[in-house]
Amino acid sequence: MSIEVQSISKKFGNILALDEVSFTVPAGSLTALLGPSGGGKSTVLRIIAGLEVPDTGSVFIDGQDVTHVPARSRGIGFCFQHYAPFRHMNVWENVAFGLKVRRQSKEEIARRVAELLELVRLEGFAKRYPSQLSGGQRQRMALARALAVEPSVLLLDEPFGALDAQVRKELRRWLRELHDKVAVTTVFVTHDQEEAMEVADEIAIIREGRLEQVGSPAQCYDQPASEFVFTFLGPATQIEGSWVRPHDLVITRHPHEGSLPGTIERVTQLGFEIRIEVDLDDGKKTWVQVTRHAFEQLDAEAGDVVHVSVARSPRTEKALVANEAEPLDAASGTPDLPLDAPARA
Amino acid sequence: MTTKWVLRAFALLYVGFLVGLPIGSIVWRALSPGISTAFDAVTTPAAVHALQITLEAAAIAVALNTIFGVGIAIVLARHRFPGSFILEALVDLPLSLSPIVVGLALTLFYSSREGWIGPWLSAHGITVIFAFPGIVLASAFVSLPYVVREVVPVLQEIGTDQEQAAETLGAKPFTVFRRITLPAIRWGLAYGVLLTTARILGEFGAMSVVSGDVIGQTQTFTQFVNDSFSNFDPNGAYAGAVLLGLISLVLLGLLSLSRSKEGAQ
Repeated sequence: MSIEVQSISKKFGNILALDEVSFTVPAGSLTALLGPSGGGKSTVLRIIAGLEVPDTGSVFIDGQDVTHVPARSRGIGFCFQHYAPFRHMNVWENVAFGLKVRRQSKEEIARRVAELLELVRLEGFAKRYPSQLSGGQRQRMALARALAVEPSVLLLDEPFGALDAQVRKELRRWLRELHDKVAVTTVFVTHDQEEAMEVADEIAIIREGRLEQVGSPAQCYDQPASEFVFTFLGPATQIEGSWVRPHDLVITRHPHEGSLPGTIERVTQLGFEIRIEVDLDDGKKTWVQVTRHAFEQLDAEAGDVVHVSVARSPRTEKALVANEAEPLDAASGTPDLPLDAPARA
Repeated sequence: MTTKWVLRAFALLYVGFLVGLPIGSIVWRALSPGISTAFDAVTTPAAVHALQITLEAAAIAVALNTIFGVGIAIVLARHRFPGSFILEALVDLPLSLSPIVVGLALTLFYSSREGWIGPWLSAHGITVIFAFPGIVLASAFVSLPYVVREVVPVLQEIGTDQEQAAETLGAKPFTVFRRITLPAIRWGLAYGVLLTTARILGEFGAMSVVSGDVIGQTQTFTQFVNDSFSNFDPNGAYAGAVLLGLISLVLLGLLSLSRSKEGAQ
């Protein structure tokens, strides 16, 4: 089922949490709401769920206006940031809750819960209480509980936020696989761009209550709609006043076409990647990301004179053109990417 | 090592002299004429009736303060509105107000002859002061804060996530309350109900103003104990006092038993 958010605004007291946010989530997709903490992305998710009501604007699920439909009748599954397990119920009872309130038959409930516990790999944990589970297990229980009612839309608030790095990476991949298996329209909130890029089909970037851009991870990365998106999604540096990815810079010992001279200030090794900080002769600083192999070929160290330019490739051309055509105005609330922008203004 | 023992000795001595020995002496005094004498003293028609009045009033007042107490706790924990601090202050007031003031206030408001709404109630056949309704009102008044005070922190601690999760799963508001909120607050609520009951059973000051203290009619159990003592019936007084103490002890025991079961789960 598709989700359409139409120019929603929300104030908490005097603070404008959301300012005219609009976007569409295509049916069956896995979409990330990405942005810095406190930017309003969780509020968007809670408004889609019906846990908050927008001051103005509308929410459509599968073409139906659900703005004033209570959460319990929206056919959604919601996973809370801290999973909100029912502490007085065991895993089986947690997962069965939605089915019980829907008055399903006992056999049907037993069948469905068994199926879901298998899906989230918690078969052996049915009798455990939430306090006896690890963070990752609780997360999977919460997912099974939300999926039990066969929601048309699955909403996840910072699904991996409270887990340690290792479990997090594992669950990310697992969520992607699960989504491909269950094929329910899924929206998740995250502040981690790497997570969004790895898991999502579509990313909606929200900052300070405004939508910055909607698009596929590649689109957002390569054709950022604003300076903010560019710098938020990946490593970024400036050369001659333009934003570029440090891995899109060419660095040589001798001048080449269009290059700027400078002096290496510092070299940092981060495993396979080398980070070269350069003091350009125009007084600005930049940094270049190269592979270990490329660095060995460059054969340079701090204090050496080098020449830096932007690598010419179809991708960087596009980015540069986009940069020049549209002054990097971070406040642009309506990114004009024809592919993904909402149908209405 | 020695500090530990000194501290323990101090704690034991203090509580022993303050609470243990006086209570022990009353038990000793009640039972010294023999168990059957003590038993007879609290099974006179007047004593039984007084106990019945107290238990009936307690049952009604506990039920009222449980239902309204949970409701008020939800309002205080979950809703901030202009004037909510007034509600909070009013709920806490009985804790600091002397029961005698409670009794006088109720009398002034409900008295059939000169109360604010007493004469109107009286005209409709309802007598509050010097009657059973007055005893129930005084019981509810003095014990109002306990359920609220025990439940509010639990509600704040559990937050609203579980309730909202239940809502997204399709549960209607009452189902959310019954299946999620109530089980989550049950131990706080149980403790609040125990404190409410104990407070009501022991109430004397407010009762002495509003009940009328008519033997066999509106005399409460604490009044029976007090009257026995002033009327030179020490057996009745001490046996009654011990009975009151026993009831409290049973209530406490029940609670700690259920708490340890909860902890084991």
